[in-house]
Amino acid sequence: MDEKLIELLVGGIGETFYMVVVSTLAAYIIGIPLGVLVYVTGDGGIRENKPVNMIFSLIINIVRSVPFLILLVAILPFTRFVVGTTIGSTASIVPLVVAAAPFVARMVESSLKEVDLGVIEAAKAMGSTDWQIIWKVLLPEARPSLLLGMTIAFATILGYSAMAGFVGGGGLGAIAVNYGYYRYQTGVMMITVALLVLIVQIFQEGGIKLVNRIDRRMKS
Amino acid sequence: MIRLENVTKIFQTKEGAVTAADHVNLEIKDGEIFGIIGFSGAGKSTLVRCLNLLERPSEGEVWFGDLNLTKASEKELREARRSIGMIFQQFNLLSQRNVIDNICYPLEIAGVDKKNARNKARELLDIVDLRDKEKAYPAQLSGGQKQRVAIARALATDPKVLLCDEATSALDPLTTRNILELLKDINKKLGVTIVIITHEMRVVEQICDRVAVMSEGVVEESGTVGEIFRNPRSDTARKLVMPEQSSDVRTPTKDFIRIVFDGQSSYEPVMSQLVLSTNMELSILGASTEDIGGAAYGQLLIEKPDDEEKLRQIQEFLKSKGVHAEAVSIKKESDNG
Repeated sequence: MDEKLIELLVGGIGETFYMVVVSTLAAYIIGIPLGVLVYVTGDGGIRENKPVNMIFSLIINIVRSVPFLILLVAILPFTRFVVGTTIGSTASIVPLVVAAAPFVARMVESSLKEVDLGVIEAAKAMGSTDWQIIWKVLLPEARPSLLLGMTIAFATILGYSAMAGFVGGGGLGAIAVNYGYYRYQTGVMMITVALLVLIVQIFQEGGIKLVNRIDRRMKS
Repeated sequence: MIRLENVTKIFQTKEGAVTAADHVNLEIKDGEIFGIIGFSGAGKSTLVRCLNLLERPSEGEVWFGDLNLTKASEKELREARRSIGMIFQQFNLLSQRNVIDNICYPLEIAGVDKKNARNKARELLDIVDLRDKEKAYPAQLSGGQKQRVAIARALATDPKVLLCDEATSALDPLTTRNILELLKDINKKLGVTIVIITHEMRVVEQICDRVAVMSEGVVEESGTVGEIFRNPRSDTARKLVMPEQSSDVRTPTKDFIRIVFDGQSSYEPVMSQLVLSTNMELSILGASTEDIGGAAYGQLLIEKPDDEEKLRQIQEFLKSKGVHAEAVSIKKESDNG
């Protein structure tokens, strides 16, 4: 393998990490409050509120129903407005966050739904405010499940980031498209695919190990 | 201490309205252990949740001391709840916090600083006898230990009242007895008023001063445990006081004599004396008795003789021993709850 290719791939890995990590974090910064909001305003939630719940659920569902590749193109003007360009890794982060945040919100919601309702009731009986229930009970109790969700979100965003390569995004996806697809260098394509698989594998396994370490429910 | 006035709770379900509590009036006095007993579905759990407004009554008022909880602001309600501890059948501990941090939770949310909270938590661990489990997580504890942690947590804010919702129903008999002893101790030493929800008469027998019998959202009768146990007037109470094993002898033809022991000496052989002195053959059809500190508690069901004279003899003998007995006939029951 020539040096140029290695340099290319290392750069690609770097860009991919940059896109995926920043997008995942940003998606969680938006997704956690959104997920909490949908959960607490939902049926039987601590702040049940049908209209608010319906509006946010609808927004989440709409964004989630748009296929990523279409969303990517559809929000190009918005991307340009936010980062000033539509090409490169930084530009890819915008559609990645827009697509991932609602997905993350749903995952957060489902993690919160796993929290034992009895524990929430007990917290209420002890005189907790709604904020205290969210910060000190819901989120900490859901922590292992939230982290597990994060590994799934990471893999999904990684997949999306590769698609962004088709419309001028950076990273391993762009390398696969430019070299493997347009220049028929099947070898390069194979290597990028292998690298993507490896990255997903590392994060998934690492995530599960971490979850097992921090989850206090299964220790004996 | 706590007063329910005409409390009604109606749940709207898809199948229509369900009345879980129906114009309930109750007064729980300062320092007592009050039981609310009934079969499952009687509305006990809803009623106890009305006491701290986890369920808001559809109608009626809940008074905690001088405060009308049904009219209190959110903030007043939260503060009142700090004076009303609660424990649950499923313990409801925070699974991601260790024992001491669980106990610190109510102090944390009340704004107590960490050091004072920890000191208080350690005192409470002493009371519930779990000093060495400070760093354990709930998943590492047995049911009885979890309930002890829950009790310590409920006591952290020095509540005036402790609500126990089927607190021993998930525990084995021995652990149940230990937890009940602990609750009794807490009532005596700390002067905490205790409200116990249960479907088991033996729980009420063991620690309650007074008891209310509930069925279908209605309090059918209430009084001291002795009164209800010796002389149950409502159908529900009658079924509840029957020994558990006797369900299979509930045939339509059988009549019984129910003999109630409430604190006579365990060592006095009342039954054999009865047989010897009346010279009768008696069949025991059901029994549930316990020896608590040398005193006998519980009851025996014996076959009722057809002969009136024999019945009179039995009753007179038992009366002379200070043992309560009544003739009962039990209708056939397809199910008891």
